[in-house]
Amino acid sequence: MAIVFESSVTPKLKPLSGIKVEVAASSGCGTAGGAGKSSCGSSAEPADMPPEIWEKVKNHPCYSEEAHHHYARMHVAVAPACNIQCNYCNRKYDCSNESRPGVVSQKLTPDQAVKKVLAVASEIPQMTVLGIAGPGDALANPAKTFETFRQLQEKAPDIKLCLSTNGLALPDYVEEICKYNIDHVTITINMVDPDVGAKIYPWIFFNHKRIYGREAAEILTERQMLGLEMLTQRGVLTKVNSVLIPGINDTHLIEVNRAVKARGAFLHNIMPLISEAEHGTVFGLSGQRGPSAQELKEVQDACMGGANLMRHCRQCRADAVGLLGEDRSHEFTLEQVDKMEVVYDLEKRRAYQQKVETERAAQAAAKQSALSEQQADDGMTVLVAVATKGQGKVNEHFGHAHEFQIYEVSATHAAFVGHRRVDHYCQGGWGEDDVLPSIVTAINDCHAVLVAKIGGCPRDELKAAGIEPVEKYAHEFIEKAALSWFADYRARVARGEISHLPRGDAAIRQGAYLAA
Amino acid sequence: MAYKIVSSSCTGCSACEPECPNQAIIEKNGTFLIKPEKCTECIGHFDEPQCVAACPVDKTVIIDAGYPRYAAA
Repeated sequence: MAIVFESSVTPKLKPLSGIKVEVAASSGCGTAGGAGKSSCGSSAEPADMPPEIWEKVKNHPCYSEEAHHHYARMHVAVAPACNIQCNYCNRKYDCSNESRPGVVSQKLTPDQAVKKVLAVASEIPQMTVLGIAGPGDALANPAKTFETFRQLQEKAPDIKLCLSTNGLALPDYVEEICKYNIDHVTITINMVDPDVGAKIYPWIFFNHKRIYGREAAEILTERQMLGLEMLTQRGVLTKVNSVLIPGINDTHLIEVNRAVKARGAFLHNIMPLISEAEHGTVFGLSGQRGPSAQELKEVQDACMGGANLMRHCRQCRADAVGLLGEDRSHEFTLEQVDKMEVVYDLEKRRAYQQKVETERAAQAAAKQSALSEQQADDGMTVLVAVATKGQGKVNEHFGHAHEFQIYEVSATHAAFVGHRRVDHYCQGGWGEDDVLPSIVTAINDCHAVLVAKIGGCPRDELKAAGIEPVEKYAHEFIEKAALSWFADYRARVARGEISHLPRGDAAIRQGAYLAA
Repeated sequence: MAYKIVSSSCTGCSACEPECPNQAIIEKNGTFLIKPEKCTECIGHFDEPQCVAACPVDKTVIIDAGYPRYAAA
C-alpha cells in the first residue's frame, strides 16, 4: 500500500455517491483555475500543478502532451477477455496495418509479456510507461493483468504501470491496483445517462448474468462512477476516455465531462469514433459515421475548463510499442524477443532520460523566446500542421510522415490541439499521387504545413489547395517554428503580399494504412 | 447435452474459461474448447450457461447435439 498519499488534488467527495453530480472539486493542474489554461495533458508546466502530480505525469506520454514528444510507452496484450460489448468494437479483426484499440497481432502470457517489456526497455531507454489495455479489458482478466504487474514491479521498478478499463469490474480491484503501485488508470466513459448508454452498449456480463439495454448501461455507469471516486480517494491519477459518436453522445459528452471532473478525473480524453464497414463493428455496419476534425474540436473546446482535456491520444493498439503515433511492435514479436539478450540496465536508462530532459528544457526555452518576440495580439488564430518524428522538432520529411501534429497559433500562444493520421505520400522514393488528396483533406483546416523537406510535386499541390508548405524551420523546435512562421505570415498579410482567408473543415482518417 | 465452441468463430479471448463452474473449458491452438464430459450446462450453478453469456461472438457457443443432456443429481 505504498501509493496512498495525502494530496492536494484529492477532492472532497461524498463517498460512494450515485451518479448525481456534486459541486466540482478541482483536480490536478486545474487547481489554479485559470480560464485560459488549455490542459494538463496538453501543456501544463510544473508551476501549474502540485510537484507530486508533476512527478507522476512528467514522463508519461499519455498523461502529458509535452512528454509525448519525448517518451515512449508500450502495451502488452495479456488481457484478451472483455466483460461488455460495445457497438464500436469488433474483436475478430486483426490486421497489422490497422491501428485502433482492441486490435492486436499476438496475445501474450504474463511471463512472455514481462520478457517483452524488459527487451523493449533495454532497446528503447525512453520507454517509461507500460500499460495493459486489452485487447479486451484489463480487469476482466485480473489474474493475468496483476501477475504481469507483480513481476514488473520487481524486475523493472522504474517503469510506470498503468491500465485501462471499461470500469465495470473496477470497484472490485481498486485495492489491488493500489497494491501494485499502479498510479495511472484510464476508464472509458461514454455516457452518464443510461438512455444514451443503451445506444452504445448492447450488453454487459455482470454477476454471472448477461444484462441487456438500459439496465446494462445503468449498472455500467454506476460502477464507473463508483470506481472513479474510489481511485480519486486513494490518490490514483485517472484519465477518462470518451468516444465521440455524432448524434449519440456528442452534446452529452459535456455532461460526462462535468460528472468525471466532479469525481476527480485528472484528464478527459475525447476521441473520435473510428467506424468503417470493413471493421465489422455494429456502428461500422449501420453506417454510423465518425466526427469531422472540427466537430471533434468543437466538443473538446466546449469541455475546456471542465476536466483537463487531452488532445494527443493516438487511439493506439493494445500491443503498440514506441512514441505515440509510432509503432515498433513488429520489432518485438515473441520470436524476436526470444532471440534477444536482455540486460536491464537501470543506469543506462537514467542517463538517456537525463539527455531527454535537457532537450525538453531547450524546447520550452525556445518557445518562450519566440513568444517574447511576437507582436501585439490582434485576435488572428490559425492552425498549422507539423511533420515530426519526435524530440519536439520539425524533423520529418513530408513524404515520410504518417501523421501530422496540429498546432493552434496566435500572437500570444502556440498549442498542440490534435493530430491527423495519413498514409505515407512517399513509397520507396517516389510520390503516390492518389495519396496526396487524402493528405490535403486531412489537414485542410490548416494554413501551413511545417516540414523538414518536401518534394516539388506535393509542394505545388498543397499551394493550389491553399496550404503553404514551409521548409524554412527544418529541425527547429515546433512551437518556436510555428510562432516564427506565424509572425512572418502576419507580416506578409500586413504588407498586402497575401490575404488572410479562412480555411474549411478536415476529415479524420478512419481506415487502415494503405501500406505499413 | 453439452455446449460446444465453434472454433472457426472463437476469437480466443478466454472470457468463457474462468467463468465455467466445472473447469470444462481448455485452450488449444489459440482457441477454446469444452470437454463435453465435464459440461453441466451450468444447471445447478447458474441461471444461464456462463460460456454462452460471456462469449462476445454470437452463435459461437452452441448446444452439442451429439451429447445427451446432463442430468442434475
